[in-house]
Amino acid sequence: MTNIDRSAADKPLALRLLSMVSPAQTGLAPFIAAIMLLAVILLTIFSPQIATHDPLAMDPLMRLKPPSEAHLLGTDGYGRDLFSRMILGGRISLLIGICAAVVALGLGVLIGLVAGYFRLADAIIMRAMDALMAMPSILIAIGLVALNGPSIGSVIMAITIPEVPRVVRLVRSVVLTAREEPYVEAAMALGSSTPKILFQHLLPNTMAPMIVQGTYIIASAILTEALLSFLGAGISTEIPTWGNIMAEGRQYFRINPGIILWPGLLLTICVLSINLIGDAARDALDPRMKKRQA
Amino acid sequence: MELRARDLSHEPVIVQIEDLVVETAGKTRFPVLKGVSLNIRRGETVCLVGESGSGKSVTSLATMGLLPKDALVVRSGTIRLKGENLLALSPSAMKDRRARDLAMIFQEPMTALNPVMKVGAQITEVLDLHSRMGTAEKRARVIDIMEQVHLPDVQRIYDSYPHQLSGGQRQRIMIAMALILEPALLIADEPTTALDVTTQKQILSLIAELQEKHGTAVLFITHDMGVVAEIADRVCVMRHGEILESGPIREVLEQPKHVYTRALLGSVPSLVPREARDDASGASVIAARNLGKTYHTGSFLGKKSQVRASFGVNFDLSPGRTLGIVGESGSGKTTVARSIMRLIEPTEGQILLDGDDIAHLSPSAMKPKRKKLQVVFQDPFRSLNPRWTIARSMTEGPLNYGMSRADALAEAKRLLKIVSLPEDALGRYPHQFSGGQRQRIAIARAVMLKPDVLVADEAVSALDVSVQAQVLDLLAELQRQTGIAIIFITHDLRVAAQICDEVLVMKRGEVVEQGPASRVLHQPQHDYTRALIDAAPGRFWDFAAGKPLVA
Repeated sequence: MTNIDRSAADKPLALRLLSMVSPAQTGLAPFIAAIMLLAVILLTIFSPQIATHDPLAMDPLMRLKPPSEAHLLGTDGYGRDLFSRMILGGRISLLIGICAAVVALGLGVLIGLVAGYFRLADAIIMRAMDALMAMPSILIAIGLVALNGPSIGSVIMAITIPEVPRVVRLVRSVVLTAREEPYVEAAMALGSSTPKILFQHLLPNTMAPMIVQGTYIIASAILTEALLSFLGAGISTEIPTWGNIMAEGRQYFRINPGIILWPGLLLTICVLSINLIGDAARDALDPRMKKRQA
Repeated sequence: MELRARDLSHEPVIVQIEDLVVETAGKTRFPVLKGVSLNIRRGETVCLVGESGSGKSVTSLATMGLLPKDALVVRSGTIRLKGENLLALSPSAMKDRRARDLAMIFQEPMTALNPVMKVGAQITEVLDLHSRMGTAEKRARVIDIMEQVHLPDVQRIYDSYPHQLSGGQRQRIMIAMALILEPALLIADEPTTALDVTTQKQILSLIAELQEKHGTAVLFITHDMGVVAEIADRVCVMRHGEILESGPIREVLEQPKHVYTRALLGSVPSLVPREARDDASGASVIAARNLGKTYHTGSFLGKKSQVRASFGVNFDLSPGRTLGIVGESGSGKTTVARSIMRLIEPTEGQILLDGDDIAHLSPSAMKPKRKKLQVVFQDPFRSLNPRWTIARSMTEGPLNYGMSRADALAEAKRLLKIVSLPEDALGRYPHQFSGGQRQRIAIARAVMLKPDVLVADEAVSALDVSVQAQVLDLLAELQRQTGIAIIFITHDLRVAAQICDEVLVMKRGEVVEQGPASRVLHQPQHDYTRALIDAAPGRFWDFAAGKPLVA
């Protein structure tokens, strides 16, 4: 029996990840989620081609119109086409989500490796991380944006920093167990340098949990960005994102509720899909979970 | 001590397994048991011996009705318990039989006990589920069974958690739980493998004593021929899902019929130490002077305490010779090994490598010395990075010391041939090899750097006995060719007797006896050494010769 488990765990990472979107393996939900997410991504990538209007062009005569043939989803308070703005806004939201995940994982993995491997650094780093985790992340984000001004870069930073401690904790726990493995001690005995041990022996152990964590960070970053924009602490309103489209629609909710509902729907689909895929990735990468479902 | 020779033919048959066939579930049916038949009488101990993968555990799990449903299926055959076919029972009826008539104890008592429940309550729980007794009556019964398994200070242990007990005590608790409902059959799956020899001896005699008292039939699963010689009435030798040979213990040990049985018995290392080789050179390549390691524990503000994991270790080892460090778990032998390897820094004493003290060198100063000191670990499944190809693992060391990749690969190929592995092994991953093959790879990796000293930390303990013999031969051959000095850490006196020139016996961090293997293992001076040798299972029998050992 143990042999069966082991062979499942030893399959290359890519193969195990691929198996998670096959409906035969995991059921329909991750499969549908992947299609939905792909659709949203394609919609935003090709937004210049798909858009029916210039998303930034204002038309005072066409303010707050309901959906029509000319404006698929109607117009906003400045007479801009809601559909065009929404699909362009998705670009920024997704970009911020992915960037935040990449930066948070990169920083978190580096700090986590150091914390997990060096005992002295561990005590200092983890206290700092605890302190960071004790602060409400949205307050840190608002503070950072207020400090640096509302640009995409500062929003990404504002979203990333509160995520880092979570990644650090995860990486550290993986490293703490992996560093006790005899193959790590064997590497020391073979004269391998510390960076070599860290990056070639220990780092690969963190990949599977990091992929899963990454999907959750993307989802939560998209939400946080929307929240920041909604609160007026996000990217300037000239660049549409799902968050600031909704924020602007707040005052016109009674006249044209679509301004909030449509971007909100897309945001929901996006985050839900990413979360479902993250769950599937977790199951695919952890043979024990798969067994439990069977 | 002698082989058992009891006549139990008048006793009723408790368990009768006939033509049991178990296959893997799913489309590709792979046979795991190919028609196993055996029966056990009241009060009889039947030993299932075989190497890993032979189907011993599957046989016991099938009998318990505990085969993993989605992985293994019984295709045909019967298992009768007092005449009733267990395979035809409904799951709930089987559950009831399991409680009343069948009991099982496992290898690792820590994982089989609930860590957050007091052991007394855990034993009582068995009674709660399967009997109707008053609270006082139950407690009396639990205390009684705990006394029967010879637990000291029963009242205190009743209220202890598993982690507060020693390994042997935990196994006693497991036995108490298994026997409290007076089962007809006790299945013991390697119950002493995780225990020290002295504890093992006690547990084996406990099982025998309780069997005598309650007339329990025992199915004892083990890979250790020594244990078999101690307790078996009859033996079944298994390989690849088949029983190759079965019969009374004396018959199987004296006149094994099957070739495999003979090979198996032949590879059990003898307890009679071989003669030490001549110490020609005299100059020592590695030496320890008063070496010790003390661990300081306690937090920043908390209470400080210290543990002396090892102290006062002295030895000199010259090229081509083997030093054995022998002891039970917690004796500090691994601490000594790790200190010598400088995986930890010793707190006292010196380690002289070619005359230079390396005990307190910094990592950078240590690097050129590391080349001369290599290590082979116990568990071949964990000592190779599972994500790396064999080529990458084997060339790691040479590349660290500036050898070109092409040269390193050529050397790896040459060494793989010496350890009898195919050349194409280089491109494969560790999980594609068996335990013995991996251990040979680990040894090849260690000698890639042409070290002067090889530390083998329980390097053959996780291997089957026939594979163990091959790996020991390989080490001896490498030693003969390269003149490497080996420090061999082991708890197994048989292995120590066969390969060591000198032996150092450790107990609780201290060296209690030291000297040539032929003297220490043959005429031990210290009580502890004597106790260790006394406890070695099957010490009265010469397995290779098939006759009692005359001292």
